[in-house]
Amino acid sequence: MNLKRNKESPESDELNGVSPFPDEVLERVLSLLKSHKDRSSVSLVCKEWYNAERWSRTHVFIGNCYSVSPEIVARRFPNIRSVTLKGKPRFSDFNLVPMNWGADVRSWLDVFATAYPFLEELRLKRMTITDESLESLGRKFPNFKALSLLSCDGFSTDGLGAIATHCKNLTQLDIQENGIDDLGGGWLSCFPENFTSLEILNFANLNSDVNFEALERLVSRCKSLKVLKVNKNIMLDQLQRLLVHAPRLMELGTGSFLPELTACQYAELESAFNNCKNLHTLSGLWDATTLYLPALYPACTSLTFLNLNDAALQSGELAKLLAHCPLLRRLWVLDTVEDRGLEAVGSSCPLLEELRVFPADPFDQDIVHGVTESGFIAVSYGCPKLHYVLYFCRQMTNAAVATIVQNCPDFTHFRLCIMDPGQPDYLTNEPMDEAFGAVVKTCTKLQRLAVSGLLTDLTFEYIGNYAKNLETLSVAFAGSGDWGMQCVLSGCPKLRKLEIRDCPFGNAALLSGLEKYESMRSLWMSACNVTMNGCRLLAREMPRLNVEVMKDEESEDSQADKVYVYRTVAGPRTDAPPFVLTL
Amino acid sequence: MEGPVIYANDLNLKATELRLGLPGSDELEKQSPPSVKSNKRASPEMAEDSRLKSSSTMSNAENGDQETAPPAKAQVVGWPPIRSYRKNSLQAKKSEADGAGMYVKVSMDGAPYLRKIDLKVYKSYQELLKALENMFKFTIGEYSEREGYNGSDYAPTYEDKDGDWMLVGDVPWDMFISSCKRMRIMKGSEARGLGCL
Repeated sequence: MNLKRNKESPESDELNGVSPFPDEVLERVLSLLKSHKDRSSVSLVCKEWYNAERWSRTHVFIGNCYSVSPEIVARRFPNIRSVTLKGKPRFSDFNLVPMNWGADVRSWLDVFATAYPFLEELRLKRMTITDESLESLGRKFPNFKALSLLSCDGFSTDGLGAIATHCKNLTQLDIQENGIDDLGGGWLSCFPENFTSLEILNFANLNSDVNFEALERLVSRCKSLKVLKVNKNIMLDQLQRLLVHAPRLMELGTGSFLPELTACQYAELESAFNNCKNLHTLSGLWDATTLYLPALYPACTSLTFLNLNDAALQSGELAKLLAHCPLLRRLWVLDTVEDRGLEAVGSSCPLLEELRVFPADPFDQDIVHGVTESGFIAVSYGCPKLHYVLYFCRQMTNAAVATIVQNCPDFTHFRLCIMDPGQPDYLTNEPMDEAFGAVVKTCTKLQRLAVSGLLTDLTFEYIGNYAKNLETLSVAFAGSGDWGMQCVLSGCPKLRKLEIRDCPFGNAALLSGLEKYESMRSLWMSACNVTMNGCRLLAREMPRLNVEVMKDEESEDSQADKVYVYRTVAGPRTDAPPFVLTL
Repeated sequence: MEGPVIYANDLNLKATELRLGLPGSDELEKQSPPSVKSNKRASPEMAEDSRLKSSSTMSNAENGDQETAPPAKAQVVGWPPIRSYRKNSLQAKKSEADGAGMYVKVSMDGAPYLRKIDLKVYKSYQELLKALENMFKFTIGEYSEREGYNGSDYAPTYEDKDGDWMLVGDVPWDMFISSCKRMRIMKGSEARGLGCL
């Protein structure tokens, strides 16, 4: 279709259904669209809109790096400035995927070097990135501004040093929870003395010491710094000095909160926090105790997100702190706060929307502390706006969950982890089917669900029948047979990600989803009853899926121990290591 | 002559063992899903601890098959689903000795419940072993480097930072108290087996 035609004969074009807008107007309008889902929809309207959309897109989100090749992306989108890439299956976070599985960003950067030399932002999740790649980011992309690495591996602090050295316009350096080779804190000293553009700096999860004087100078000259998250080697007196240089911070991750200050230093710390009027996110707080937490209180008035993942607070400490955080919307805590701490959450945080409770001692099986169903119930009574929960506990009942969802019917994300696999309702000894049944029946907006405890097929029947908006489902140690998985595959129209481990689902279940997998991002099944033949059949019937199997050592020939199925337009992987069998 | 291991299986010591644990917790071994059996990697507890050493590697592949004293329950790889990164930092936290004392749990085969002792209270192996003898009412034999504990049915063992089960007494006392995470007093054939290594 000749794109210039519409300028010459507008009437006939309207009759033909061609857009009456000139391309430039259409592109201008579409450039205001940010959501990639909206952009996908737009691109399907007609060829003209497809073209206008692709020329105006500046950010591309790729949920599975193997679903498409960098060449295809570069061909379709000529003007990309910002890329988000996700790599390994989520269960790699829990060591279910061997090292060197893939998802190396290198091949992407090679293409981007020619296609997007003006690339500004790169956000990676569960990808491998080497020091070499980080160096090339710094050298080959003169406009590079923002780097975010979450749950990545393959690099060392040397690579960070390369970024600091070469990226003259860097605004963001966000390094979170990565498997990194920490060779020392010298990387921070690589920022040149005339470098002032940093707005976001997060090195909270790096272990070694940075040079504090270099950090202090950096913070004081970067006047636009909004986010600063330091690691636990930064002590309180040092933090105070940093805060004095950056009172306009919006997000702060403190270092160690060990009470080691003189009275005078403590007063200075209080004063520094008092001046932080813009803080909406707070984290860090290693070793924080009642002794010094009060110094924080004045800075908490506008807090909306409090991340206490690294501060093993007791219930009383949490209660006192929360009393000063009336606007809190998101809270992450360790289960050291126990049920009493959660009661305080219920009474102090009426605006709470998200709660995550992590176990302080997940691998110690003799522990009987932590949180129970009562804590969760207390929160549900006090926080009716709760819609996101991640809850690790050692006991739960069907009745409790029913009450919880009655109080909070708007759950979009419900992730319950009863830590002992296959554990029933501890009061009635029945399976936890009714709990999750209540969740899916009541919470019609549910997008993400993680189930646990003793579960029969009934749970999956409920999910298939009621969870019509479900997009992500995580299942472990559950189910009685193929039927369960079949219910989910046939009943959940919006399902995109299904991850399953240690369940008695076999080939019949796997193959019942034949037609479904192309509408999903991916399927993961490990330690189930799927066989190599079942996988081969799936691969044969569905050529646009990649069906990959990883076998455990010493498993039988016919067993398909780990199966990863995903849709792709890029064909089978060319970089698969020997232990990944592409069928 | 048959090795001690076979006797242990016939006697089914595990089934007659009295231990306190969460309800249904010991069932895990019997009705455990296939993955636990086919999980040929070293036990995940070990895998986590060795990851402490090389913080960059997240793989199980590097941990060879190592013989360990059986833990109280079978642990499953990647469960509970805590990010590897967090696992490492949790382990690191636990290993940092709390200044106030160095309490470790002590279990004894056949005893109904565990005890906790403060290792900082003792100055030497002699003192520690004497205290254990008093606590659990048993006698430990003579320690020798070559033969372990001779002259009794019991052998004191401990789990170190790497997750390995070691015989008490082999390393210098200071090294022991800084690396000991928990202790188990093994009894019977298993104990004798250790001594012969």
